Amino acid sequence: MTSVLLSVLFQLVQLALVLAVAPLLTGCVRFAKARLLGRSGADPLQPYRTLLRLFRKEAVVAHGTSWLFRAAPYAVFTLIWLAAGLVPTFSTQLVLAPAADLIALVALLGSARFFTILAGMDAGTAFGGIGASREAMIATLAEPAMLMVIFTLAILLQTTSLAGIVETILGQGVGLRISLALGLVSLLMVAIAEAGRIPIDNPSTHLELTMVHEAMVLEYSGRHLALMELAGMLRLLLFMALIACVFCPWGIARAGDGPLVWLLGLVTFFGKMMVAVAALAVFETSIAKMRVFRIGEFLGGALLLGLLASIFLFVSTGFKG
Amino acid sequence: MGRGPVAALIYGGSGVAALLVTGVAFAFLIQGDSPWHLKIPIGPPGLGASLVLDGLSAVFLLAVGLAGATASVFGWGYGRDGAHKPGHHGPAPARVLPFFPLFLAGMVMVLLAGDAFGFLFGWEVMSVASWLLVLSTHDEPETPRAARLYLVMAAIGSLCLMVSFGLLAGPEAAFSFTAMREQGVGDGLTALAVVLAVLGAGSKAGLVPLHIWLPLAHPAAPSHVSALMSGVMTKVALYGLCRILFDLAGMPDWWWGALLAALGSLTAVAGVLYALLQDDIKRLLAYSTVENVGFICLSLGLALMFKADGKPVIAALAFSAALLHVLNHSLFKTLLFYGAGAVVAATGTRSLETLGGLIHRLPRTAPLLLIGSAAASALPPLNGFASEWLGFQAILNGPQLSLWGLKVGVMVVGVFAALAAALAAACFLRFFGIAFLGRPRSAEAVAAQEVTAPLQLAMVVPALLCVLVGILPGLVLRLLHDAAAIAVGTALPASGSLGWLWLAPVGQAGGLAGNSYSGFFVLLVAGGLALLVFRLIRRHAASGLRRADAWGCGYPPVGPVSQYSGASFAQPLRRVFASGVFQAREQVSMPEPGETGAASHLLRWRDPAWDFVARPVWATVDWLAGRLNHLQFLTIRRYLMLMFATLVTLLAIMAVLA
Repeated sequence: MTSVLLSVLFQLVQLALVLAVAPLLTGCVRFAKARLLGRSGADPLQPYRTLLRLFRKEAVVAHGTSWLFRAAPYAVFTLIWLAAGLVPTFSTQLVLAPAADLIALVALLGSARFFTILAGMDAGTAFGGIGASREAMIATLAEPAMLMVIFTLAILLQTTSLAGIVETILGQGVGLRISLALGLVSLLMVAIAEAGRIPIDNPSTHLELTMVHEAMVLEYSGRHLALMELAGMLRLLLFMALIACVFCPWGIARAGDGPLVWLLGLVTFFGKMMVAVAALAVFETSIAKMRVFRIGEFLGGALLLGLLASIFLFVSTGFKG
Repeated sequence: MGRGPVAALIYGGSGVAALLVTGVAFAFLIQGDSPWHLKIPIGPPGLGASLVLDGLSAVFLLAVGLAGATASVFGWGYGRDGAHKPGHHGPAPARVLPFFPLFLAGMVMVLLAGDAFGFLFGWEVMSVASWLLVLSTHDEPETPRAARLYLVMAAIGSLCLMVSFGLLAGPEAAFSFTAMREQGVGDGLTALAVVLAVLGAGSKAGLVPLHIWLPLAHPAAPSHVSALMSGVMTKVALYGLCRILFDLAGMPDWWWGALLAALGSLTAVAGVLYALLQDDIKRLLAYSTVENVGFICLSLGLALMFKADGKPVIAALAFSAALLHVLNHSLFKTLLFYGAGAVVAATGTRSLETLGGLIHRLPRTAPLLLIGSAAASALPPLNGFASEWLGFQAILNGPQLSLWGLKVGVMVVGVFAALAAALAAACFLRFFGIAFLGRPRSAEAVAAQEVTAPLQLAMVVPALLCVLVGILPGLVLRLLHDAAAIAVGTALPASGSLGWLWLAPVGQAGGLAGNSYSGFFVLLVAGGLALLVFRLIRRHAASGLRRADAWGCGYPPVGPVSQYSGASFAQPLRRVFASGVFQAREQVSMPEPGETGAASHLLRWRDPAWDFVARPVWATVDWLAGRLNHLQFLTIRRYLMLMFATLVTLLAIMAVLA
């Protein structure tokens, strides 16, 4: 009984944690990028202020938009928040872990994207359409690539549950495998595309023809925009946490661990996130944005890497029978 | 003319009969009875005929019954609605009414048949009735060609099935399924029968590259008939496939499954790519049917492989995924076709490029179609995702197969399944986003009016069921136990220790452990969180809301032409996916600076299935028909001679074989 209560408690803490930390991460990435470019950069806490300001403003809604336009931010935000709550950050004991495995996590992100794209098309502007159609193209390649990485993990670790994956890696270890390396590369490529980072999309662009995600949320303002922005920040955190949890799970508390390990899990989580922030900032400043029609090749590569990862797995493990 | 009461009588009668059928199938599945047999006195001399209801046919009967009931309601409302809007509903009721119940009866006959004769008789009734229903719109320019192609393909399909049953019946002429099951006819003949069954049933179900008739014929019929053809007639064809491959033909070889999985993967991806290129909303939905049939066949193929490999529990998992998707697809595809029918009734057009903004004009239809689109895109917590999830779980068990090629092959099948699912989402975003969102692109779309209550009712029922099956798939899986037991010898273990709110099938299957999904909890938690967010924002954030012109980066709003259209939405996807296989090419010609002429954009693509399959078949049939034409004008003496020669040839063959 206590373990159930504990997992409910951890779940609530986790949901609050991701929500609280997400703007900080985005702020840190922006700050680090600015520093790397030789600018002084805004305070890493700036996103909190921006969000607060947006929540206090009145919302301007375009003529001719439907109820879907106003409902979409709530749906998108909730779905991504829920998805982020499913990725173990400091403990694997999460009450929702059995309700949705990795495949369901991908599908939850897909649902959020579904509503974002519909919202982009609702106002009937050219930019909304441009963003929607490009996002749909990116998604059709990124989603299967991510599923292939998940297949590889599932075959190697015999589970698609995230908590199960962490438990298995921490419990038995998997050793170094070429499949894992290929899977990591593929997942990184997918994460860049899904989180809308350079070279796929530029989160700070306002040049019309290069926008993808920005173009879809162009018509939003006030509380609606705040929810969409917060959802974007949560998505970035989700992918960082996901990669950390699968490829570097050390530090995450397991079932039966004591309070000290929970604290350690929290501290290591922040450490991993900071490493991820630094890596992302360096990567983004050192690369140029890609032409839209190169994205197909980039993500097609990710998909093939994912497939190769699972096939290499047979080559390396399967001869045992 | 008295059409009103007649239509009410026919649709009312069909609706009640379909509900009865649904009730019987449901009761049978709940009880988990042993098969019900009924001998009927009429039939071929010396053989008789029998009706059998078992777990497998009951599952398909459930789908047919439900769809038949809602289609009856929709058809009745559709005919009434059309009275004051000439031209919007195409066919006169007299061309639809007599064949609608016949079509339903044919499908039920196929499912209940206990012998090959009954099966083929029902199959032909189903084919001919649906062909006549397609022809009911014969005054539309595309229909005659579609109907002719359908007739040719249906004839080829029936021929294949007939020979397949003949081979399985063997020299003893064991035409009843019970007898057929008990006797083996040797590996070679069984293999031939299996290939013919895949060709025959596959062409009816829409397996690529035999699908060519489907996207022409399904949309040509009135919408409630399109819904039945796409939603359940393809399923009746898949029933035939299941019956022969899993039940009658005995223990499968590994290559049966590989063949079906390969064809299914190809069908799934090709079908959805075709759908992305369509402008006609009903044709788009028909191609999406091709995609879903592909997914079902792929799962059936996996089930066959695992069965042949001696892993019945995983086979049951794959088979249950396939059957669950049969039910799910019949639900959301009928819903979507009714929605397309509502759009046609409201606007009189089927072209995406002339729609737009319908969410304001059809405020009740729009959310229902949104549910259908989301279900077809396999989004949780709707039903489409539940079956896809089970299918992926089966794919993940691929490494347990003992053959090396199959292990790797199953992974490739996984890529195709994942790609098809992702493309389906893009396809339905395009469908819903272009037709229902944005600004209206034509005067018809501006003038659209919400459809009447019966049409809405016909859409509400499948939409509710989509949600219900999505959050409680565990309950529906229990209905599939008997079917799985018949097909692969064992049922899927009940949802493990977690209870009926969960899908947790593989914990006991020996392979992967701990995988589980619960649509119910996902919906519950997401709903709770959404409510929390909404309340918090209501209380603490600014509540002001102002309407203004769209911002659009400061460009003033121009006419609705400046919006993305269906063709432009698909352009990035076309460039990535369709430039190879479909040779999609675009030509843009801009007027010279200073000229005021319109710019033009031309899009061309080729259909390889049409080039490499349809045209040769078409040419052969035409050539044969020309050759055989003069056989119609012989003297009686010649006819008698031909009959005699046939008899002698057959006797000679028998003598040699014996």
